[in-house]
Parts: sequence; C-alpha cells; structure tokens
Amino acid sequence: MKNRYLKDVSTLILNTEKCTGCGRCIEVCPHHVFSIKERKAEILDKDGCMECGACAKNCPLNAIEVKQGVGCAYAVIMGWITRSEPSCDCSGGNDSGCC
Amino acid sequence: MTVASKDVGMMTMIENGNEVKRTCCSSNSGCGSSEILVEYAGNEKWIQGVINTPKGVVPVVSTQLNFSDILGSWKARWGVNRMNYKINPGLYAVGTPDNESPVLVTANYKSTFDSLRKELADINTWILVLDTKGINVWCAAGKGTFGTKELLTRISCTKLHEIVTQRTLILPQLGAPGLSAHEASRQTGFQVVYGPVRAKDIKEFIRRDMTATPEMRTVKFTTYDRLVLTPIELVEAIKVSIIAFGILFLLNLIVTIPFGLDDFYAYVGALIIGCVITPVLLPWIPGRAFAWKGWLLGFIWAVVVNLINGWPQLPSYSLVRAIGYLLVLSSISSFYAMNFTGASTYTSSSGVIKEMKIAVPIIIITVSLGMLLILLNSFMGI
Ligand code: SF4
Ligand code: SF4
Repeated sequence: MKNRYLKDVSTLILNTEKCTGCGRCIEVCPHHVFSIKERKAEILDKDGCMECGACAKNCPLNAIEVKQGVGCAYAVIMGWITRSEPSCDCSGGNDSGCC
Repeated sequence: MTVASKDVGMMTMIENGNEVKRTCCSSNSGCGSSEILVEYAGNEKWIQGVINTPKGVVPVVSTQLNFSDILGSWKARWGVNRMNYKINPGLYAVGTPDNESPVLVTANYKSTFDSLRKELADINTWILVLDTKGINVWCAAGKGTFGTKELLTRISCTKLHEIVTQRTLILPQLGAPGLSAHEASRQTGFQVVYGPVRAKDIKEFIRRDMTATPEMRTVKFTTYDRLVLTPIELVEAIKVSIIAFGILFLLNLIVTIPFGLDDFYAYVGALIIGCVITPVLLPWIPGRAFAWKGWLLGFIWAVVVNLINGWPQLPSYSLVRAIGYLLVLSSISSFYAMNFTGASTYTSSSGVIKEMKIAVPIIIITVSLGMLLILLNSFMGI
C-alpha cells in the first residue's frame, strides 16, 4: 500500500516559463512528482512532494522553488525550543530512509 | 596496525578553511607515488588487500559482509555506537579497477558503505567515500555535508583526476538534495550523474549505460524498511521513560492507591504502539497525520487496558482512572508516532509543522488532564 502524507501542504512551485524540459527534476525526484509534457515539466503529484529540495537544487534554470526542510517532528520541536530552523541532528541509521 | 597517512595536512586544511587544492596536494606535503591515499586500519576484515595506482596505494574492499559488519549495523540500529559507526573517507577499490572504471560516490557511515559494497560483487569500480561525519547519504545531503564542497575536497585529496581518465562520477540519487549536479560538474571537471536510489540496482544501472528506470528512481518505504527503523525509536523512548518510572516510584511512597504492574504494562504498551506498531502498520491505519494514526491505536490500547483491568464490572476500578488512561495512553502513542515522521521517507517539512501545530497542544492538554485524573484517583481514591 502506498504511503500518502497530508494534502496541500507542499511549498513546491514550478515556473514553466523558465523550464526547458531537460528532465533533471524527474531524474532526481524520489517521489515522481514531475512529468514532461510538450517539452516542459509539469507537476503531476504535488501532494507526493516531501520538500527534499533535490529538484530545485538540480534544475539548471532555477525554474523550481521549494522550501527545503526536514520532515521530522523531533527537529521541529528542537527548532521551536531553540528558535531556529529545524535541522536534522540525528545520525541516520538506514539506507532507505531519513534519520 | 594503522597504515601511515598524510591526512593530517588535510585536516588542518579543513579547520582553517583554506583553499583545498593548495594544502591538500601541495608538492611539499609529498604526493609521491608511494603515498597512501586513504588512511585505513590494515587489520580491518573488510579490506582484502591493496591495489597500486599511479598516485599511490588504494585499499581493495570485500563485497561480502562478514559477521562483524552485520553485527555493527545491527548495533547501530539499536543505538549502540551509532554516532561513531564510520570509516575513513577516501578512495577504495572493488575488484581490479583501472583508469576507465566507474567511480561511485558515497557517505562514510559504515552501514551505508557496507550496503553499497555488498552489491558490487564481480565488477570493478572505485568508491569515493566522502566525509559525512558518519551520517547516511540522505541525511548528510539534507545537512549539506554531502555536497559540492566535500566532493571537491575528496577528489583533490585522492588525486582522482590522475587515477582515472574517464570523467564521470556516479552519485547516489538520495544525495541530490545536497548539491547541484550542474554546479558540481562545472567545479570538479567530472560529469555528475545520479545513480539509482537503492544500491542493489547499481550494477543494472551501469549495465544500462548509466540510465535508471523510474522504478530505480523511486523511494519506497516498505514494511521491512519501517520495521528496521523502529528499534532506535524504542531505545530513545525507553531512555526518556526511565525518568517517568522514577517519578512514579517516588509518588508511590505517598499515594493511597500505588502505581503497579498495571500501569507499567499500560505505559510500555502505549510506547510500543507509538514506536513500533504504528510505524509498521502505517499505510493501513486510516488518516494521514502520524499523530492521528498513533492516537487512534493508542486509544484502542487504552480501551483494552481498561477492559483487562476489569472496568466497568469491577467496582473498585473507578471511572476517573479509566478516563485518565484513555487520555494519557492515547497521547503517549500519538507523540511517539508523530516522532516517526523523522524516520519516514515521505513526510514534508511543511506537513510535519502543520500536523504538529494541531497535535502538540492537544497532546499537552490531554496528557495533563489525564495525569490529573489518575493522580486524583491515586491520592484520594475517587
Ligand atoms: S530541471 Fe528545470 S529546466 Fe529541467 S525539466 Fe525540470 S524544471 Fe524544467
Ligand atoms: S522537493 Fe523533492 S520530493 Fe518535492 S518535487 Fe522536488 S525532488 Fe520531488
């Protein structure tokens, strides 16, 4: 069964104007959020986005914007306590997952 | 025996933030062909031997995991020596690679390195291990330690340009949040391509002329993936719980109805539900928010606990305590389930924040209220 997270929360924005359809975003996205249609990228599944930032970092034309962050409750709590941006301070123990 | 190394110069270089190339590969530090490019302990079982390159000796690693590798990974999963389970960064060889062999880039968390090399039987490759401070590729990419800067440092320290003549690096796709392939290509002089998500697909990826199928590019989060992540959650939760047990023990000295075995198993049950059962059953539990999923199972557990304890038939078992359990146990499960967002591979930061803004206040209120009810029952027997 497929894991699905909250709807309508991702901060992902695609600027189709700038896009040349190179396909890098499709290559790096671990959740199949994009597809290419008529030589332009389009967002297929925005709710699948986990805001990892891979697409935005790797788009050669800066056509993608997303607020990169860690989807980790512990990090958010620490961020609230220390009044800073949540960051992942645990040592990752697995090969498929995050921390 | 630790084989001598010239890495000391490199360390200084990082600390002072000086330019990489100058310090690392300066001729006065001696880059002669007899130099060793990676520091390693010669008695490591996973190192089979060495291979000579024009620029020095590179350790050849085994593609089979032995007992101590497996035990090490298992220990790290349970939180033993977790932060220090790493290998020295640098260049390693698999098989008998030459100047045309592919270069795979990975992190220096030993479990990550092991899961890569065990998939490389019968092929000849180089493995460039970046210094990610013992953290896996995904987390290190998020933090930026798996990134262009470290890649540049490691390439120049291992003199990779002179060891291989081909100009392609295969990076794990999960490292993509840490760097821009186009930037890194420009700066390193190597074309950066992203390999598959899972190490087991690497061979196939190389065979297909470095192209990945959509399947190879997708992160999965299978029941097994989730299961192996639960021990660390449990260990961390138990550490915190010891404090709670201490407080209950002290309270027992003064209350009318002391806390007993019932409370102990009720609590441990709620913990296991939040840390293990909810993660394992994740996709099958209705709803999307983790805190909600944990709350639901925790609530069912609390009902079960109350029934086992004899409520409502048993007159001595008060409604106040029963409600207290419902409130406290469900919240405990909810909290730990929410914490599992950090281990999951599909939760977004915005989503987690949204979920927490609702869940955290509710958890605080229900736990406080529930504790109050249970304490009222314990102190005054109502
Ligand atoms: S990486 Fe950027 S330019 Fe390339 S297809 Fe995606 S959005 Fe378009
Ligand atoms: S941020 Fe990550 S998950 Fe979201 S679309 Fe980009 S690559 Fe995919």
